[in-house]
Amino acid sequence: MGTRILTVEDDERIRTAVRLALEDEGWTVEEAESGEDALNAFTAQAADVVLIDIMLPGIDGFDVCRSIRRVSDVPIVMVTARADTHDVVAGLEAGADDYLTKPFAPKELSARIRALLRRSRSADPAAPQMVFGDLEIIPEEGVVRLAGEEVHLTKTEFRLLVELATNPGRVLSREVLLERVWGYGYFGDGRLVDVHVRRLRTKIEPDAANPRYVVTVRGLGYKLQS
Amino acid sequence: MFRRLWGRLGLRARITGLYAAGGLLLSLAIALSTLTLARQNLVEDREERTFAIMARNAERVWGRLGPDTEIDEVEQIFESLTITDRSSPLVRIGPEWRGARTLEFNQESVPDSLREQVEAGQAAQIRVRLDGEPTIIYGVPLPNLDADYYEAVDTADVESTLNALGIIVMGVAAAATLLSAALGSWASRRALTPLAEVRIAAESLAAGELDTRLDPPADADLASLTASFNGMARSLEDRIERDARFASEVSHELRSPLMTLNASVEVLNNSRNDMPERSQTALDLLTDDVSRFTVLVEDLLEISRYDVGTARLHAEAIDLVEFVRQTVRHSPYSVSVRVPDIDHLVIAGDKRRLAQVVSNLIDNAAKYGAGATEVIVQQAGDRALIAVEDEGPGVPVDERAVIFDRFSRGSAGGRRGQGTGSGLGLALVAEHVGLHGGTIWVEDRADGASGARFVVQIPVGDLDALDDDESEWP
Repeated sequence: MGTRILTVEDDERIRTAVRLALEDEGWTVEEAESGEDALNAFTAQAADVVLIDIMLPGIDGFDVCRSIRRVSDVPIVMVTARADTHDVVAGLEAGADDYLTKPFAPKELSARIRALLRRSRSADPAAPQMVFGDLEIIPEEGVVRLAGEEVHLTKTEFRLLVELATNPGRVLSREVLLERVWGYGYFGDGRLVDVHVRRLRTKIEPDAANPRYVVTVRGLGYKLQS
Repeated sequence: MFRRLWGRLGLRARITGLYAAGGLLLSLAIALSTLTLARQNLVEDREERTFAIMARNAERVWGRLGPDTEIDEVEQIFESLTITDRSSPLVRIGPEWRGARTLEFNQESVPDSLREQVEAGQAAQIRVRLDGEPTIIYGVPLPNLDADYYEAVDTADVESTLNALGIIVMGVAAAATLLSAALGSWASRRALTPLAEVRIAAESLAAGELDTRLDPPADADLASLTASFNGMARSLEDRIERDARFASEVSHELRSPLMTLNASVEVLNNSRNDMPERSQTALDLLTDDVSRFTVLVEDLLEISRYDVGTARLHAEAIDLVEFVRQTVRHSPYSVSVRVPDIDHLVIAGDKRRLAQVVSNLIDNAAKYGAGATEVIVQQAGDRALIAVEDEGPGVPVDERAVIFDRFSRGSAGGRRGQGTGSGLGLALVAEHVGLHGGTIWVEDRADGASGARFVVQIPVGDLDALDDDESEWP
């Protein structure tokens, strides 16, 4: 069985059409028509990627996102009505890795899923372990330790951290990070980077408000300092 | 004629005119009655006094005259009389006359009518002008003698007093008229102030400030005007908001079926090669129109955000030079980007919207301007300039403003307004540029060749005000 995608969408017609298109791309698709359905299905069998429509009756997309995030670091793509609303930031903060706005082309969704499933590129194989003060990153194992304690990161957060860590002290612009982590070009949404950096900080920084590892360089981007 | 002129005057001019006329009438009436009363009082008083003196003088003359008195003796009698420098006696004895100041007052001065009356034995008086001065001449027959006593009293002082009074009263009347005109003008302005407020409010409504309302007036008389104006403004605002919301909601509702259509068309296209040719043609038509429809709905939603007032600028620091290069590279057309004087131009801009501005202008040039020839990025002081030039027929001068209207249809070059095929392309471009505080216009190409040049000018913006650390995002 190939990669399993759980699609959460209350509109049956959209669900069916999207399933057909995704199956044509070679994915295995499981459908859920409500938040409750989705959580039951995910509990029964974890999917490799979850696609969630934010506008759901009952338990809304944000809650589904948060509930799944509590038990899994599976890549989550959410579907929002518009790109310029608070929904996008709220969804990303609820734990989504990427977002699409309705109506999207299923081929675009496949591209997003492929980018999210990409394994983090190994850094210099000669240096399988990167250490910055108390922060220890082992890309091959997908493990991050802070003062010896293992820190749980999502796949996307991990890839973001590795990307910054392989260029220590160098400023990486949002565009560069969007391309290397999410597979977007120049026109990706910089909020993806900003919200993920924020989430990453709450996990690896002793004080997220005054970061000492992942620092902002005004107007340019982010860098990891040791 | 007058009626028409009057009607043509403004309300304020008319109220002022009425006040002035009223003031004039009132002060004239007061002036005239004052003058009449003053004249009566002064003149009667004067006449009483002069008459009393004259009567005493006449009695004295009569007492001194005997039947044989010679006319020459009269002059001695005059010395005993009460004669002021304004009065002058004259006596007739038989045919002879003698006066104290015969140069001014002599028998010639006495009108015949007076003399006849007096000689008929009746005392009389007459008003005449003597040497140009107003004068009263009294005549008294002296009983039992063939003699009469006359006295002329110059009343010029009374006249000049009356004249001076007249001038003063008229002056006051004129001043009162002017004052009431001023009062009228002030009162009418005062009364029309609420109207001026209504005018300003109406203008601001017309300019699109739909939440304009009048403050409740202190004056109860104006409360109903204010209330109905505010009622009108409210229902106008509701109506326009309803229309804007309707467009927004309709396009929102269209997103779900479009989602199904897009996905289904994609599934169909995956097996396009297995279809007969006729089905393939039909599928291509369907695919094209579904994507056109998608663009239309997205543009409608985008523009309805401006109508509903929810469009917000998400500004971030953008190097416009790199940005325009990237946008042009992502467009399906091959266009060169020329940046004459600068390497970088960092502005505070909304990436998504500016990308739509540039790509819609390039699309527009491709559809109606035989393709964009060049995109130029320049800096002009604190403003950034993006120009898109094409080699089409250009835009006629009279269409240069309306071309940015929604669903506008130009004449030359067909339907230039349909920048993205939705008919909203250039309208959206204009809205996006406006949100950045910039301007857009179309002109002839600077090099004189045939073609249009669309110029976008936006302020560089306050880069320091930007927070790069995401918190400004919605």
